[in-house]
Amino acid sequence: MKKDIILSGVGGQGILSIATVIGKAALKEGLYLKQAEVHGMSQRGGDVQSNLRLSDKPIASDLISIGKCDLIISLEPMEALRYLPYLSKDGWLVTSETPLINIPNYPDQTKLMDTIDKLPHKIVLDVDNVAKEVGSTRVANIVLLGATIPFLGMNYQLIQESIKNIFQRKGDAIVELNLKALAAGKGIAEKLIQ
Amino acid sequence: MSKQLLLGDESIAQAALDAGISGVYAYPGTPSTEITEYIQNSPLNGERKIHNRWCTNEKTAMEASLGMSFVGKRALVCMKHVGMNVAADSFINSAVTGVNGGLIVVAADDPSMHSSQNEQDSRFYGDFALVPIFEPGNQQEAYDMTYGGFEFSEKIGEPVIMRMVTRLAHSRSGVEFKSLKPQNEVSFGEDPRQFVLLPAIARKRYKILLGKQEAMIKASEESIYNRYIDGPNKKLGIIACGIGYNYLMENNPNGCEYPVLKIGQYPLPKKQLMKLCNECKEILVIEDGQPFVEKKIQGYLSIGIKVRGRLDGTFPQDGELTPDSVAKALGKENKRNFDMPDIVEMRPPALCQGCGHRDMYTVLTEVLKKEYPSHKVFGDIGCYTLGAGAPFFAINSCVDMGASITMAKGAADGGLYPSVAVIGDSTFTHSGMTGLLDCVNEKADVTIIISDNETTAMTGGQDSAGTGKIEAICTGIGVDPKHIRVVIPLKKNYDEMKKILREEIQYHGVSVIIPRRECIQTLARKNRKK
Ligand SMILES: Cc1ncc(C[n+]2csc(CCOP(=O)(O)OP(=O)(O)O)c2C)c(N)n1
Repeated sequence: MKKDIILSGVGGQGILSIATVIGKAALKEGLYLKQAEVHGMSQRGGDVQSNLRLSDKPIASDLISIGKCDLIISLEPMEALRYLPYLSKDGWLVTSETPLINIPNYPDQTKLMDTIDKLPHKIVLDVDNVAKEVGSTRVANIVLLGATIPFLGMNYQLIQESIKNIFQRKGDAIVELNLKALAAGKGIAEKLIQ
Repeated sequence: MSKQLLLGDESIAQAALDAGISGVYAYPGTPSTEITEYIQNSPLNGERKIHNRWCTNEKTAMEASLGMSFVGKRALVCMKHVGMNVAADSFINSAVTGVNGGLIVVAADDPSMHSSQNEQDSRFYGDFALVPIFEPGNQQEAYDMTYGGFEFSEKIGEPVIMRMVTRLAHSRSGVEFKSLKPQNEVSFGEDPRQFVLLPAIARKRYKILLGKQEAMIKASEESIYNRYIDGPNKKLGIIACGIGYNYLMENNPNGCEYPVLKIGQYPLPKKQLMKLCNECKEILVIEDGQPFVEKKIQGYLSIGIKVRGRLDGTFPQDGELTPDSVAKALGKENKRNFDMPDIVEMRPPALCQGCGHRDMYTVLTEVLKKEYPSHKVFGDIGCYTLGAGAPFFAINSCVDMGASITMAKGAADGGLYPSVAVIGDSTFTHSGMTGLLDCVNEKADVTIIISDNETTAMTGGQDSAGTGKIEAICTGIGVDPKHIRVVIPLKKNYDEMKKILREEIQYHGVSVIIPRRECIQTLARKNRKK
């Protein structure tokens, strides 16, 4: 098993919370893991990404090579496209459709969506709305994570366990909310790839 | 014991704790900050009374750690690469004094300048000071080198550098811990004059340092971190330093056909290098940062073996190493399946909405641009450096910490009016205070804005050494209290802020304006904790 994942978004959106859930699950499964993060300057509203690498064999590089990424998970549609040179031919892109516009020259949104539409393997979803329906916009990241389940190559139960583990100290209600968000994202992705 | 998922930085911190340090001394700076923060959050620091408060700057940190080493205890000093410039005076001289308790100096380099103003490579500092350097290639090595590094430092009686790079500092992987060691007792070195660097003693100490060089090379030759891995194809020999080795192996998952010398400890191991150069036709150097090893092997005149690396264009001269640049150097270029679409725009970082620096810049630019077109603003390093970008375009310089005040003074000396400096509170105490004294002593015609958000925001909100003391410091340095003006940077105060700014620009002497409002990030964090 080998999965090279790029998580992308804008500083402050919390892409690392998704990485943490996957990372915990991977460790449970006894996989090797390397996760390169961005700290520092770009966290102030700039573009941020994290390279998450999982494998059943030792991993050499902390960074993913061009053309070899299996999965791009993005909390922002323009940011999803920034890392396309890294995507493998059969790789998937899973992204939130809601733009975060904090620059004056943000691209035309129809053009942006058309560009994403042209990609062979993608899931685009309105994570904020789904999260709201589930109960709180705060679980948008977990909805997005749920939508990656068909492509993660990891046992669904393991991801559920990982969520329980991480949110336990915040109480049962929060755990339930996150599990529901995860399931909702998963459901949407499964429907879209049918 | 099972493995823990740690950042490269955290691996160093955990190892230092396990090796029995009695103190960490540091000033924040990306990518080194997480080392000290990890120790601050460790339960062990309470039990063991491990010093862990932030220092005012890297020089005070370096000197305090040397003091701790003086009494026989182990100490860790951490800084980003440019911090080495600030600490350099004491660091270079600590090699001449030597150490008593083990002393590790972590220098975290930032190739590609993710959060920095240059790409200086701290290995040159190790070479310059004549002390050993460790360069870990992964999180486990960062742990192991630190854990063993204190003993090594004590054995050779010298500080050692731990050279990190951003990619390793900020990447997580599983790390296995070793057993917890006791802390050192107070003890003093045999030579009571060791630390007294009067010329007569310094000359002796320097000879001692020079005399240790052979032993340092021998230690490198015997080090487990310098490994010779033979390969059948001798057309090329590869020297792979630190994380460069990872990228080499990423591109050769089934092993490398060429002989490889993996480097993790300096000075360079002569024996293994000699073997590689004797057996191979050509040498390729894979190193992150500047061409440190490449220059040494090649020499200025390039009259020996052919060496490839950053100097001959095999790698670009600037920017960090990547698995892709190494692939290309090995003739295995990685191919893109998709290009980045043209519609993707740059998204530079910006000041937070609601940040006090924004209000300060709004007022400053409105007054200066309209009323004083001949003005220049000397900026400094911190979140407020982002005032260089849209919508403010407010500053004309950003060079090094503290340079705003002194550059404004030099420019005023040269006839500029108005000459304005903008500096943050932490940067002011880091290295702005001495410049202010220069201004006061010469009655320089400068307007200094200390934009005080009561924290060190850029690096994540660490305590700022001058919080609550800024006016007192300025008064103490000799600024006329009538010209120390505190304002609250909020929209409703814009008129008052403008009036004060005009008055202080028109005053032909040293004025300090202190817009003060807590950083909204630290405020939000405090509220969440409540
Ligand atoms: C010599 C040196 N040490 C550390 C840093 C890292 N650094 C950059 S900005 C900054 C903090 C600035 O804090 P402050 O002046 O209070 O401004 P703020 O970010 O809070 O607005 C630090 C520590 C640096 N650039 N140079």
